[in-house]
Amino acid sequence: MNEELIVSGRNIPNIDPHLHIWHWPIPVYLFLGGLAAGILFFAAYFTITGREKEMPTAVKWATFIVPFALIIGLAALIFDLKNPLNSWKLYLTLRLESPMSWGAWTLMAVTPLSILWAASYLRELVPGWDWKLKILNNIEGLVVKYRKAIAWVMIVLSVILGIYTGILLSAFNARPLWNTALLGPLFLVSGLSTGAATIMWMSKSHQERMTFARIDLLLIIIELFLITHLFMGFLAGPEVQIESAHLFLGGEFTIQFWVFVVIMGLIFPAFLEILELRGVKIPVMLPALCILIGGLIFRIVMVDAGQLTRYLY
Amino acid sequence: MRYAMAIDTKKCVGCSDCVVACQIENKVPVGFCRDWVTETVDGSYPELSLELRSERCNHCDNAPCVRCCPTGASHIVEGGVVLVDPDWCIGCGACIESCPYDARFSHPDGYVDKCTFCIHRVRKGQQPACVSVCPTKCMYFGDLDDPSSEVSKMLKTRKYKVLAPEAGTKPQVYYLI
Repeated sequence: MNEELIVSGRNIPNIDPHLHIWHWPIPVYLFLGGLAAGILFFAAYFTITGREKEMPTAVKWATFIVPFALIIGLAALIFDLKNPLNSWKLYLTLRLESPMSWGAWTLMAVTPLSILWAASYLRELVPGWDWKLKILNNIEGLVVKYRKAIAWVMIVLSVILGIYTGILLSAFNARPLWNTALLGPLFLVSGLSTGAATIMWMSKSHQERMTFARIDLLLIIIELFLITHLFMGFLAGPEVQIESAHLFLGGEFTIQFWVFVVIMGLIFPAFLEILELRGVKIPVMLPALCILIGGLIFRIVMVDAGQLTRYLY
Repeated sequence: MRYAMAIDTKKCVGCSDCVVACQIENKVPVGFCRDWVTETVDGSYPELSLELRSERCNHCDNAPCVRCCPTGASHIVEGGVVLVDPDWCIGCGACIESCPYDARFSHPDGYVDKCTFCIHRVRKGQQPACVSVCPTKCMYFGDLDDPSSEVSKMLKTRKYKVLAPEAGTKPQVYYLI
């Protein structure tokens, strides 16, 4: 390709010399959204399968993080808008063609649901807790009564939320790095993994920790498999995608991606989990923290690198 | 009706009059532009070939910016012209990410802005500002569905290309080569 010069002078902020319209709030939101989706998924799953007693952290305690994660994530999203005062107009339209539109609606449904879910367990967390207001006690009664039905709704919404964080990016055909159908499943699995790591970290029951170490190990293997396929797909793809892959294969994101995301965030914690499952004492904080930090760096790298990739003409 | 533009790269001298006319007509804030001129050089000295292109929003038939807009602020009006309604724009930047031509930008007033094909002039029967000022008359604007329009005739008689056709956007700014 020949060098193309803009001779009329063009230096538009955040667009020239290369696109950088989405800043740190977007990957932070994608991370928190994935984390929330992961925790809600496991809470709903173990409720549906009737294993609440075995998995108290997954079903109850970890879900207290979710409303905070979602609200901070939403705040980050709104902070990144250029016209936040108009953001309520997201809820005057539903455009199925636009992932951001149905994603916003999903958040609108998941956030109150997660608050209800966590609040209904507050009585168990704080002995002697009372909602004082009759209506709140009534709502709590309803949530407890219909918990299984709510869990079914929540498991569906959590999968949509988790996959949405990837589809939001993959829908942009103008950014070849993002434009792959693998991104939705990859972000979903990564979100589930960060959720599982959080539950593992918080859990005080040895049996629950072991179950989540096993779940997380499986998720990490799937993630490594998806990442391999991602690069195979890029390298077998058109030139713009080959160039995208080269950002990670010798280009400027090589170290961030392979050292911090793949080795520190996936392989190292997987290794620790294998040791733990074999009975070696490992401080649980270590693998969990690696997975969480790796997950966040993964999203920062993908959002930044994707904006560097484009069509050439 | 399908509005389109044909730009003769053989006649363009790269004077940037189109850029200045647009900035004045559309009160584009300082430091921003809705159209711009690019230069590509092929070959090696002394056998050089230069291509100059005045670029802008391609008002694509398959516009990714309209598809990804969460509120419908990016919309299509008569003749396939893609516009942004500032009252509905939340400034999320999705359309900027979706454009393979980097034709959109974030206006300092908090909405996304771009070329409108000067639809306000076209509705009055005038040409877009860039077309009307071009000193070499290298730009043609009109209705592709009308076989007698200048732009239709140009595309019938001349070789042309569009930018990044592989992006699947079906762009409607044609470059005569």
